[in-house]
Amino acid sequence: MAAITLNALAHTYTDNPTKPEDYAIREMTHVWEQGGAFALLGPSGCGKSTLLNIISGLLKPSNGEVLFDGKRVNELKPEERNIAQVFQFPVVYDTMTVFDNLAFPLRNIGVPEYKVKSKVYEVAEILELSDQLKRKAKGLSADQKQKVSMGRGLVRDDVSAILFDEPLTVIDPQLKWKLRRKLKQIHEQFNITMVYVTHDQLEASTFADKIAVMYNGQIVQFGTPRELFENPAHTFVGYFIGSPGMNFFEAELKSQGEKETLMFGDHEISVSNAMLARLKAMGANKVTLGIRPEFVHVWEGKNSDAFHVDVDYVEDLGTYKILSFLFHGQVMKARLSEDQKVPSGQIYVSFPEQWTKVYVDDYLVEVTDATVDNDKTKEIPHAN
Amino acid sequence: MQIKVENNKAWFLVLPVFLIVAFSAIIPLMTVVNYSVQDIFDPYTRYFVGTEWFKQVMLDSRLHEALLRQFLYSFTILAIEVPLGICVALMMPTKGRGASLALILVAIPLLIPWNVVGTIWQIFGRADIGLFGAFMSSIGVDYNYASDPTDAWLTVVLMDVWHWTPLIALLCYSGLRAIPEVYYQAARIDQASRWAVFRYIQLPKLTNVLIIGVLLRFMDSFMIYTEPFVLTGGGPGSSTTFLSQSLVQQAIGQFDLGPAAAFSLVYFLIILLVCWVFYTTIMNMQKDK
Repeated sequence: MAAITLNALAHTYTDNPTKPEDYAIREMTHVWEQGGAFALLGPSGCGKSTLLNIISGLLKPSNGEVLFDGKRVNELKPEERNIAQVFQFPVVYDTMTVFDNLAFPLRNIGVPEYKVKSKVYEVAEILELSDQLKRKAKGLSADQKQKVSMGRGLVRDDVSAILFDEPLTVIDPQLKWKLRRKLKQIHEQFNITMVYVTHDQLEASTFADKIAVMYNGQIVQFGTPRELFENPAHTFVGYFIGSPGMNFFEAELKSQGEKETLMFGDHEISVSNAMLARLKAMGANKVTLGIRPEFVHVWEGKNSDAFHVDVDYVEDLGTYKILSFLFHGQVMKARLSEDQKVPSGQIYVSFPEQWTKVYVDDYLVEVTDATVDNDKTKEIPHAN
Repeated sequence: MQIKVENNKAWFLVLPVFLIVAFSAIIPLMTVVNYSVQDIFDPYTRYFVGTEWFKQVMLDSRLHEALLRQFLYSFTILAIEVPLGICVALMMPTKGRGASLALILVAIPLLIPWNVVGTIWQIFGRADIGLFGAFMSSIGVDYNYASDPTDAWLTVVLMDVWHWTPLIALLCYSGLRAIPEVYYQAARIDQASRWAVFRYIQLPKLTNVLIIGVLLRFMDSFMIYTEPFVLTGGGPGSSTTFLSQSLVQQAIGQFDLGPAAAFSLVYFLIILLVCWVFYTTIMNMQKDK
């Protein structure tokens, strides 16, 4: 068991990288604490698997170092790192029985047979594979094969961490849920550091205590599912997490004498004075504002504080409805609760100040005394 | 349930297959069967002899020797070509220009016609003008495939290994390329040794191509004719006379068509039997316990 530290890590697949786009992993420093269940969430091609393979040693990073409990392991081969990795497609040794498959990693390091036996039985019990032990692995179904792959990671006592590379891709939806629960149980039971790569936010948030959101080869935010939802540190997090994602619109900082205002077209968007001062100090004229559909307030009647907008359409998603409206020519969405009246024609919406997030160059601008959840220590990892 | 027959036109659709099978297999085979149970002098003078020819063939000690020699030969070349082919496949480069070059180099022996292969080795092995023969005598080995049975055997085996190992190698190469990279990665994570990777990942994935390879090589080597005929003519003595050559001697040399036909049928059945036993054994081994 170990804490995994990535120190100024970067990786490129090209020989002569010149621009940031040449890097699959842009320089980052990141710590996965011992014993945590983490998810690495991001779209396809953002560098998740590359990062995972660097941790396990299947890939050598171009720059920076990988530390296990503070010890540099860059030079260690995967077989020397005591890491278990479960891949997207189940890997089983076809000709062996399930028992032999599970025993394989132990036999490779010369564990005496009586210990192998007890350990394999123990793991098979947890994974509900006990009655399959004598079968050849070849004939197993996809989810059973994937369980065998996971089991090979669990039998070893010495594993520092288990890395999962989208392990549930080939599994049926009902079984996915079961296996995810199983993983969670295993995590609680063994207290092993687990890093789980996925592009599914639901999978990430049900499995992990903390999620690292990856975008263009960088970790743009590392936090609890709630933090990612309430306080996205990067516009990508706002867009990627949540369904539908955050509403974004461009606003301009305008000075009227001493007073600053944030204007979206001819509408004034209210943010705290501290924020206005901060933006002025940063010299940012153009900012991106983001608000989650869940936090857009839809008024039933006329309201002088709210904006007057046109309803585009309403989508009924069963337990809730998504309202699309046109605000100064831009389509935005709001989530309506079950009992809320379905509006039509012209309506009034407002953006609560505390949920209106301000982004400059895609990164969140925070004013400590104005933040909602009082989480002052939270860091925003800037990768470049 | 009663099925109403509208017409039987569908049978016309399978007719071509019947015709092809009839002309390609049944009719030629029946000719052989015809000869094997009759003594035929001319189309109007023939006598039914029953199992006479079969008895004669079964008791022929020359054929026993040839059969033994044949089995020994087939198993020898299989025992060499299969492991060697796998080794070559494992060593062939997988990427870049080296890969294409290796493929071409390995495939060259396969492109040479059988009788040319025999001729090449006939010259190659001669002590006076052949590279191999000259080399052997220069290092003091008394090598002469034309007079020494052991040397003749060695040459015939060596020739076949040279000619046909590439087939096994190419089959295995394609089999190895089909193994996803992730298997090797998983094996590294599981701390598997090089041998374990071969034994539990590569070899199982090669089973199917190896079955084809072994069957092809067994059948071909069991019927080998041209190369030994050109190289040694079956000699010295009858030390490299294999079944096909005995058959040809009997059928064309002595014109004993009856015994030759009976012999052909037995020959055919042996090959069929060995292939069947081999295939069923392998398939049973692969089954789930």
